[in-house]
Formats: sequence, structure tokens, C-alpha cells
Amino acid sequence: MSKDTNIQDVEYVGTNPGDPLPMRDGHVSHGRFERVLRDGHFAVTTEIAPPDSADPDEVLTRASLFDGYVDAINATDGSGAHCHMSSLAVCAILTRVGYSPILQISCRDRNRIAIQGDTLGAAALGVCNALCLSGDGVQAGDHPEAKPVFDFDSISLTKTLRILRDESRFLSGRKLDLAPKLFIGSSINPFVPPVDNRVDQLAKKIAAGAEYIQSQYCFDIDVLKEFMKRAVDMGLTENCFILPGVGVLPSAKTASWMRANVPGVHIPDSIIARMKGADKPQREGRKICIELMQQIKEIPGCSGVHVMAYRQEKWVGDVVKRSGVLGDRTPWSPHHADTTLGTVN
Amino acid sequence: MYSVRKWSVRHSRFMEGLYNGVNPAILATLRVITKVFGTKLDRPITAAEATLKGVLFDCQMCGSCQLSKTGMSCPMNCPKTLRNGPCGGVRPDGNCEVKPDMKCVWVMAWDGASRMKDGGEAIRDIEFASDHRDKGKSTWLKLAREKRPDATVKPLQNTNV
Repeated sequence: MSKDTNIQDVEYVGTNPGDPLPMRDGHVSHGRFERVLRDGHFAVTTEIAPPDSADPDEVLTRASLFDGYVDAINATDGSGAHCHMSSLAVCAILTRVGYSPILQISCRDRNRIAIQGDTLGAAALGVCNALCLSGDGVQAGDHPEAKPVFDFDSISLTKTLRILRDESRFLSGRKLDLAPKLFIGSSINPFVPPVDNRVDQLAKKIAAGAEYIQSQYCFDIDVLKEFMKRAVDMGLTENCFILPGVGVLPSAKTASWMRANVPGVHIPDSIIARMKGADKPQREGRKICIELMQQIKEIPGCSGVHVMAYRQEKWVGDVVKRSGVLGDRTPWSPHHADTTLGTVN
Repeated sequence: MYSVRKWSVRHSRFMEGLYNGVNPAILATLRVITKVFGTKLDRPITAAEATLKGVLFDCQMCGSCQLSKTGMSCPMNCPKTLRNGPCGGVRPDGNCEVKPDMKCVWVMAWDGASRMKDGGEAIRDIEFASDHRDKGKSTWLKLAREKRPDATVKPLQNTNV
């Protein structure tokens, strides 16, 4: 029962995991992820790889790997411009059992009519968090012949979600009967050009309404430290939670491949050399991840960490546990709800 | 043309001065023309704008020109048509994720903006997604026909943002 001692109160769980939690004063969503951040905890999020399948159980199986280690799970939206189960569907399956998913919305595949409709639908299905992204170009994926939409960019998208939520209307002005209560975030990549202006881009995203930020993979802690220093100096972390991204590298070969082929991934030569020189590269990759997580926790302005471990998902729990960044806290999982309250379904 | 476009961004300060100097005269002329001829000359005027801005900036005629706010680098040349870029996919050499042989238009935009006198700060403004009905239309004519005396302040239309 050691895990259960970390559940502070019923508010973190609710009586039925599928039901929305009561909204606290000063909060914008019913979600647990927002609570963890606003309570001042160091949050851990991760990313689920949506299956190439119509099987809902596959989603739950993949999510269960993270039980007790993460506060929210990002459901990617056609990441790398590859087809998978949609983010909205993955999120809806996850909310049924009480997980706290983050709906990723990319501008690549849908126009403003579809996006606004999906946003309402997601909120109706219990989704409390959304992440606004531009999206990888179609050339990066397995359908390079597809028509890129890009009706919005991530900033117009962020602003649109804020209008839906805060003004309870569509862009056209037509009123909503019930606004989608979403905790709205966006992403940033401090590690690629124009590096000097990336903090300005962060400022724009926050001005557009982003309440939290998850970053692209950080393998270069010095660049992140400089970026965060500037962000703190500009006051950008006062109204926005920043969760830098970290990754679990399996081998030097994969690291080199990612650097060359995955858009926006910056891996310094020193990391690749370290992976190459390691006797057990997989273990070294996890060690690098753990060290980065620990360093990020010490950087002023960082509110958490976003662990991306594509095809390495089974190691997420391991790196989170060994990094110690959660302290003595154990994030919610369906297992807790089951044993402490006996109220699943 | 890519090389001319790059030149225009490198000389963003000069282009800004040129724009500020010439623009009032162009708009005044267009106001007279539209008063006399109505919409009869819209097509040749639009074609002239497309040709001139096409040569200098690879203008895509989005119909709501932001060049003076984006360091003279046309954001519609971004393959993702991002109006508040750059995206996170920029290559280490500053080139585009989608078109590896092209400099990221937003890397160029921040570079151009840093050299501008008046417009250098405007790149920080949020531009809402463009109105797709304006594609192919003339920004000059739009500005000339605006009723507001301060034609440089463009109201967002139909988005109610």
C-alpha cells in the first residue's frame, strides 16, 4: 500500500475515474494535470504512441506502462506525418478510465472548422488538456503526396482555443452553449535556429494564450539553461509552466539517425560519442535521460519534464523512478482508484 | 526569385525606407484611380502588384501583406504558410525542414527585422491566420479602399479576434 499513501485527497481521484473532477478556484480545467502544476509539484508527462490498429485495448495496454509515473499522457496527432489512430480517439479511450491525456492538435491535417469541432468533441469526451502544434510537414511521413492544410499555425490555434474557452464562441462569433474547459499549451524548440529568437517565439506563444509549454527533445543542457535564464528574466515563467522534453536513446546509430531524419531534433556530438563509447548503449541512453531530468529539475523556471521514449516506452517508469524527480509523490493511476476507492465503473 | 528575395531581406532597412517613402504615393494614386474607374482597373493593378512584389519577395499574393512586419521575408513562402513562425523543424544550418535547399523564411524574417528601423519590433505581434478569401487579391487596393484614415492599421476581418 506504499503507493496509496501518496494520494492526498479524493479531489485527485474523484469518485468515478471517468467523471470530470470538480474545478478549483482559479483553475481553467477540470483536469488533474493542471492541479499538479498549480500545486507546485514537479510534473512528469510522457507520450503514448497511438497504435496502427482499431483496438482500444492496445491503447490501454500502452498507457498502463506509465501507471504511477506520469501526471499526463500526450496523445500524438499523426506525429512525423505518419498515420496512426487519431489523438482524439486515444484521448477518449484514456479518459474513460480516468487517465489525464493531453490532446495534441496539429495544424497540418485540419482546417479551422474541423479543429474547432474536434475541440468541443474532445472536451465533451472528458479531455482536459490540449497542446497546440504546427505539425511536421507531410514530406516527413509515409504519405508525402498528401495535401498539407496549415490553415492555422500553432499561435493562431492557441488563440482560437482560448476564444472557444474564455469567450465561449466560435471564431465566427456564434455562441457556444458550453465552453470547452481546456488547459491549453503549446510547444517550443529552443535548440534549433534562430536560437537567439526562440525565447521571443516563447513570448509570442504565451501572449497568444499558452498556459504550459512542452519542448522538443533536450540533449543540450547548456542551451536550455541559457534559454530558461532569458525566459525567467523576461518574466515568461510567471504565468506559464515550462516542461522541457527529454528522450531515451537506444543506440548511437538511432541517435545519429534521429538527428538526420527527425525534424527539429538536435543531439550534440558529445552525446553521440558517449553512446558510441558505452559498453551497454541502452543503459547509457537511460543514464543520459536520467541526468538530464535531474539537471532540468534544478533549472529555475522549469515546472516539470516531458519524457519522449518512442519504442522505448517500457523504460519510462524506470527513468522516472531512478531520476527521483517525483520526490515522494506517486502520480494517479487507475490502479489507485481501484484499490483505494473501489469505484472503477 | 530566391536570390532576389534573399537580397531584399538582407537590405530590409533600405526596403523599409523605400516602402515608407513610396507607399503613401501609391495609395494616393490608387485612391484616385478607384474613385474614377471603380473596379475596372483592379486586374491590371493586381497584376502589377503581383509582378513587382513577386520579383522582390516571391510574393504569393495572400491578400493581407505583412512584409513590413516580417523583416521583408514573405511568410507565405514557408511551406507550412506559418504567419507566426518559425516552426520547430528548422535544420541546424537554418534551412527549411520541408525544402532543405531553402533558408527558413522565419530565420530570414528575424534577421531582416533586426536590421529594420521602424518595423523591427512588429515581428513580435501576433498575426492571426489569414483570410483565405483574400488570396490572389491586391493588398494595395484593399488599403486604398479602407475608410479609416490610418491605412497602415489593418483591422482583422471576419475572424472577430
